[in-house]
Amino acid sequence: MGSYLIRRLLIGIPVLIGVTLINFLIINLAPGSPADLYLTPTSTSADVARVEAELGLDQPIFVQYFHWLTRLFHGDLGVSFQNRAPVTELIGERLGPTLLLMGTSLVIAYLVAIPIGILAARKKNSATDYSVVGASFLGISVPHFFLGLVLIYVFALELGWLPTGNMITLGRGGGFADRVNHLILPVAVLATATAANMTRYVRSSMIDAFGQDYIRTAKAKGLGRSVITSKHALRNALIPVVTVIGVDLSALIGGAIVTEQIFQWPGIGLLTIQSIGARDYAVLMGINLIAAIAVFGANLLTDIAYAVVDPRVTYA
Amino acid sequence: MAVAGLVIVALMVLTAALAPLLAPHDPNQIFGSFEAAPSGEHLLGTDAVGRDVLSRLIYGSRVSMSVGVGAVAVYVLIGVLLGLLAGYYGRWVDLVIMRITDVFMSFPYFMVILIMVSILGPSLLTIIAVIGALAWPMVARLVRGSVLSIKQTDYVQAGVALGYRTPRILFRHILPNTLSPIIVNATFGVAQAIILESGLSFLGMGVRPPAASWGNMLSEAQSITVLSSQPWIWIPPGLMILLAVLSINFVGDGLRDSLESRSYK
Repeated sequence: MGSYLIRRLLIGIPVLIGVTLINFLIINLAPGSPADLYLTPTSTSADVARVEAELGLDQPIFVQYFHWLTRLFHGDLGVSFQNRAPVTELIGERLGPTLLLMGTSLVIAYLVAIPIGILAARKKNSATDYSVVGASFLGISVPHFFLGLVLIYVFALELGWLPTGNMITLGRGGGFADRVNHLILPVAVLATATAANMTRYVRSSMIDAFGQDYIRTAKAKGLGRSVITSKHALRNALIPVVTVIGVDLSALIGGAIVTEQIFQWPGIGLLTIQSIGARDYAVLMGINLIAAIAVFGANLLTDIAYAVVDPRVTYA
Repeated sequence: MAVAGLVIVALMVLTAALAPLLAPHDPNQIFGSFEAAPSGEHLLGTDAVGRDVLSRLIYGSRVSMSVGVGAVAVYVLIGVLLGLLAGYYGRWVDLVIMRITDVFMSFPYFMVILIMVSILGPSLLTIIAVIGALAWPMVARLVRGSVLSIKQTDYVQAGVALGYRTPRILFRHILPNTLSPIIVNATFGVAQAIILESGLSFLGMGVRPPAASWGNMLSEAQSITVLSSQPWIWIPPGLMILLAVLSINFVGDGLRDSLESRSYK
């Protein structure tokens, strides 16, 4: 176990370096150069050369990458082209709302998916089961933006129950109830796909578990259905489910970008869209790197969690 | 459900192929009446600049179908090639390819696609190329896994003993036996690619107007007036995306049941 952990972490190092390298290369494809920030239309070519030399842009690309990496280790992600604020500061401001949105969605999705998945598995091939499977297919197939627009149309415009977007009511808002009201629709959009996907995992994993010998033994001992479900089947069925969290994070980030745009939620996703509009590649590079490290970390934790939770998994 | 899905997918492909015959109007022709409600002349009404919504919807299916098929073809090709090499040669080839796969899997998919498309300039070809270039890791892993077990079988060993060239063994003997999981993965991949394209177009980073795509038709609904009082502009493309993706997912599910249960027996 210990040696597996160490090996898994060591494998992670070249992967992490690859992540930073690709990120650096993608942004280097972008037109324009960071030197443009310090130049005016009247600058001479000598000025351009001087600024580029100061910024190290005249050096070979791998030297530039190395310098960038060094600054990265000091927590310096550069300066926004658009408003000249440090990228870390811009991202820091937006991180809270995004984590609130994604975290709430993830919790709600699991609270919905686990009981429904268990129910469908217990009533396999019944009308209940078919409705659950049908609904989950619908949930994974509906694009976030269409669902978001429909929900805004119904609950905000037609019924007028909930706000159309933003995080608080401008001017007079900010109370707890106001914040919850603004959270409901975006969370519903983001949680739908995750819950639908998770329900399918829980269902098939519970069906597998119900077919195992130890469940038959438990039944033969005369244990009640609820005890068998919660104590014997669920514990084993949740192992593969836990590992899906890691895979889901990438999809959740993608969903958050679209959802934040529709609801004008002031998080990382909206910052991404705004930075794309402004061609602010320094900010985009920072966001992309942080998101990639988060996904990488989630994958790593998932692998480790899998090894810890399931004693049957052995790693030579 | 899989059969119903297949019928709908077939109809959509047919619609895309025959768009010029089926569409009542030219998708870019501008009529005098803009934002007109559905009528006999315009079955689904007209949009903000007076174009026929139904015709744009029909032409939009071309975009979705070509992105779905094109992007998946690109990434299946890359994934199969890398998976075959990694699985067959093992050792350092496997190590290097699998680490590259890990790197690509660490990137938040939609965000990278969005950034790359914005850098390279949004267009149908860019979307296909970028999705194709980023989505291959899952296929590579699947193929590698199958190759690792197939490599040990007698018929491959026999092929090696007979002195066949490596490409012949890889493509004639190993590849056909890895096809089932690839086909299932590719089917779900088409649905994913359609959602991705519509999402990009919705955000203005996909197929550029005036060309019609279901995603960019929906982006008009970001204006509250369109959203609240002109539902004929945004509901039909939304339903089309949902219907297309749902049908393809049903087909994929059916394929998984029929192709993969066979291997258990």
